[in-house]
Amino acid sequence: MRDNRVIYEKAAEGRNGYGTPALQRSAEELLSILPVDARRTNDAALPEIDEPTVMRHFVNMSTTNHHIDKGFYPLGSCTMKYNPKRNDIAASHPGFANLHPLQPEETAQGALQIIFDLEALLCEVSGFGATSVQPVAGAQGEFTGLAIMRAWQNERGQGHRNKVIIPESAHGTNPATVTSMGFTVVQIKSNAEGLIDPDTVRAAMDDSVVGMMTTNPNTLGLFETHIEEIAKIVHDGGGLMYMDGANLNAHMGIFRPADIGFDMMHFNLHKTFTIPHGGGGPGAGAVGVTKELEKYLPAPRVTATTDGTYRFDYDRPHAIGRLHAYFGNFAHMVRAYAYIRTLGGRGLREVSENAVINANYLKAKLVEDYDLPHPQPCMHEFVISGNRQKKLGVKTADISKRLLDFGVHAPTNYFPLIVPEAMMIEPTETESKHTLDYFAQVMKQIAREAETNPDIVTSAPHDTPVRRMDEITAARQLDVAYLED
Amino acid sequence: MAFIPNTDADRRDMLAAAGAESFEDLLTGIPKSARLDRELSIEPLSEQELMAEIEQVASRSQQLLSFAGGGVYDHFVPAAVNAVIGRPEFMTAYTPYQAEVAQGTLQIIYEFQSHICRLTGMEVANASMYDGASACAEAVLLAMASTKRQKLVLATSLSPLYRQVIRTYLGARQVDFDALDHVDGVIDVQRLADEVDEETAAVIVQQPNFFGRLEDVAAIEEVTHRVGAKLIMAVDPIAQAVLKTPGELGADIVVGEGQPLGLPLSFGGPLVGFFAIRKELIRRMPGRLAARSKDIDGKPGFVLTLQTREQHIRRDKATSNICTNQALCAAAVTVHLSLVGKSGLKKIALLSMERTQEIAAAIRDLDGFDLFYDAPFVRELVVRTPRPAAEVVAEGVRAGILPGIDLGRYYPSMTDALLVAATEKRTAADVERLHSFLQEMVGGPVVSRMQG
Repeated sequence: MRDNRVIYEKAAEGRNGYGTPALQRSAEELLSILPVDARRTNDAALPEIDEPTVMRHFVNMSTTNHHIDKGFYPLGSCTMKYNPKRNDIAASHPGFANLHPLQPEETAQGALQIIFDLEALLCEVSGFGATSVQPVAGAQGEFTGLAIMRAWQNERGQGHRNKVIIPESAHGTNPATVTSMGFTVVQIKSNAEGLIDPDTVRAAMDDSVVGMMTTNPNTLGLFETHIEEIAKIVHDGGGLMYMDGANLNAHMGIFRPADIGFDMMHFNLHKTFTIPHGGGGPGAGAVGVTKELEKYLPAPRVTATTDGTYRFDYDRPHAIGRLHAYFGNFAHMVRAYAYIRTLGGRGLREVSENAVINANYLKAKLVEDYDLPHPQPCMHEFVISGNRQKKLGVKTADISKRLLDFGVHAPTNYFPLIVPEAMMIEPTETESKHTLDYFAQVMKQIAREAETNPDIVTSAPHDTPVRRMDEITAARQLDVAYLED
Repeated sequence: MAFIPNTDADRRDMLAAAGAESFEDLLTGIPKSARLDRELSIEPLSEQELMAEIEQVASRSQQLLSFAGGGVYDHFVPAAVNAVIGRPEFMTAYTPYQAEVAQGTLQIIYEFQSHICRLTGMEVANASMYDGASACAEAVLLAMASTKRQKLVLATSLSPLYRQVIRTYLGARQVDFDALDHVDGVIDVQRLADEVDEETAAVIVQQPNFFGRLEDVAAIEEVTHRVGAKLIMAVDPIAQAVLKTPGELGADIVVGEGQPLGLPLSFGGPLVGFFAIRKELIRRMPGRLAARSKDIDGKPGFVLTLQTREQHIRRDKATSNICTNQALCAAAVTVHLSLVGKSGLKKIALLSMERTQEIAAAIRDLDGFDLFYDAPFVRELVVRTPRPAAEVVAEGVRAGILPGIDLGRYYPSMTDALLVAATEKRTAADVERLHSFLQEMVGGPVVSRMQG
């Protein structure tokens, strides 16, 4: 049986996991330098453990995780795909890993070159005139985009505008970012086909609107067919168009956001460009903008000089400020750079083609047993509904949990909000037909179980390191830190 | 292609199963006008070619003997840290929304939260923020939301980088911004008392501050709480091993940069912010939170909790837009603190202190150089330079030494000030090299102070 103890329960006074070089002076002598009332009263009560026990503790813990090197994650909008190992070796090169962010730029030329070249590669992929890799997460990219909209509106005397149009199918971060910026959300509905209707945008557009944020392909996995007309409506009304780039894996080399009317977008480098998810980060959320908006990008910017060197340009009076103490998640820029350079233009297109083919294939395999609200061809992901199963007393949450028994992660569920009992499925291009067939077969089995033996689904999972957690008790009797020894 | 398992034959079968004759049939929703009519112009590289190019690019940067700090520090990273976080089980796992198959990630977050609480003396810590700067900005937003006040006093002894990020994070909010100039490198408590009033949401104090000086936190706490504002402390986790805890000092929110605890410098990222509070602010706290609880069979386990604060549930009513955080970096911090433990962390702090004391002795020994402030410090101090600090840095680089950070970049009146830091990774011989370099630079004879 697994040892469930937290690390503090494995500690004992006098155990030691780490030896430092020797001090020349005594601890007392050194501490006496500090004013008495500034000194720590008791040593920080961190655990005292030997290195073998530390390793075993964390390695045993790690084996309870599902992860992409082990199995499938059909997680819509999250693009959980294989992360090439070369990326990590590249990122940890001492010539990158040992650089202090404030060392003079002439001593960090390799790092500046990566930033400069990656920004250029992202411009090519997206069609935008400039990108900034400073934002460290998609949510920061969104914030950057809205800050740029605000700066642009202010400069043209439209500082009173404070509303952002967002379709109801949007990711939760979009409205949350609007609030973070101090703006308010105007939510619009999708039509029966799951698309934004230009007339809906026209009706929502007025001179209080800063701009519109939308995901394309949208969270149903559908290309917004009317996007060019929608962009024109927003532009004519004095707003800007922001694209949430969470779904970029669908369309590299197929369409480019800048070519179809968007003024800006964020990239989730950690999704599309294979940065390991790390159990929830760190990510990286570059932003691309039109040439006209470049001056607002966060400072500093890396520029190239004619003699082949690079420098930081801090003299950016229109910049929206800075999102990060330094330049962003630099090691991740190396990873994204390594990935894009590995694939090249043709390879990126193959990625998207295979992601789209995998999604359409899997959708076709599931449609017999699950409701499909939007039957048209999808891009890299699609949304099915567990409505049929719900009538039998089996909810989407139950289906998700039952999948865990088969070594498959749950899909993104109950999202987008416009589909009841939604399961949003994104297979990605790095999954084989064999894996998709296995998933489809498991989903079919669960559909049969819902009809014949629903208890096995509603009580799932059965075969996981723990079963369903008691979330209500967890929230009521909050234990969020181990503080008593 | 190396990362795509399906063959042409697979694709043919799959397209047929999807009712499509060709890939193009799947793109019917995309108008022709919207499609790209050419290949992206990027040449592919094999793994071998890529690694050769990486080697070549990385070699364009210079490895320096570094005494730079200013928020991130060159500490030693024990091998076990990367052995743990390099495991694909941690590295390639998704956010732990499905707790049943993410116990490892959830437990490591819970232990991270526990370590941060114990280090800071606070009651609750979240699962991490992007970096110390954004954590500080989120602390400001939390203070403003919980006090419903719109005024902020920002002392210039707080990291200028943090201040810039705070300003950006305030977005379109109408905020009354008061800059409070430092006096001799610290907050003047009397002037602070004159600035704060019943409209002030928060006072931020960095301890030690950007100059490495110790602020009079007890007095600042009194002034802050007297007007009902929140006290935000930004702390260096290494110095925290020897300094009084924010919990004891009465801080409401504590933030800091976790990089010194097991992360490489990596040109400034990824870093990891920590964020700790008193319990009463928990429902307004940004970010994820892991809890220890039980499953339906009564078996102990871990799960994310209080998610109704977060963007994926609350959307425009969320306490922050943060979604992805720095989980793997937080894992590195957790392993690091577990390994070095109570005595190890203190030793790292004391060694850093000892080295900084040696730097101070070397500076006092040099003609023309002096300590900018004659005051106690932990592991970072300001040196007054006889020539512009920018020149000292430039000459140092030529000698393979990064002697510190030129403060003139951030404080126009301090062009003769160099911010110098030490970690346990610097040896006495390294300090000697710094001393010799500075001595040579001012043209003095090279006499080792060790002989004197």
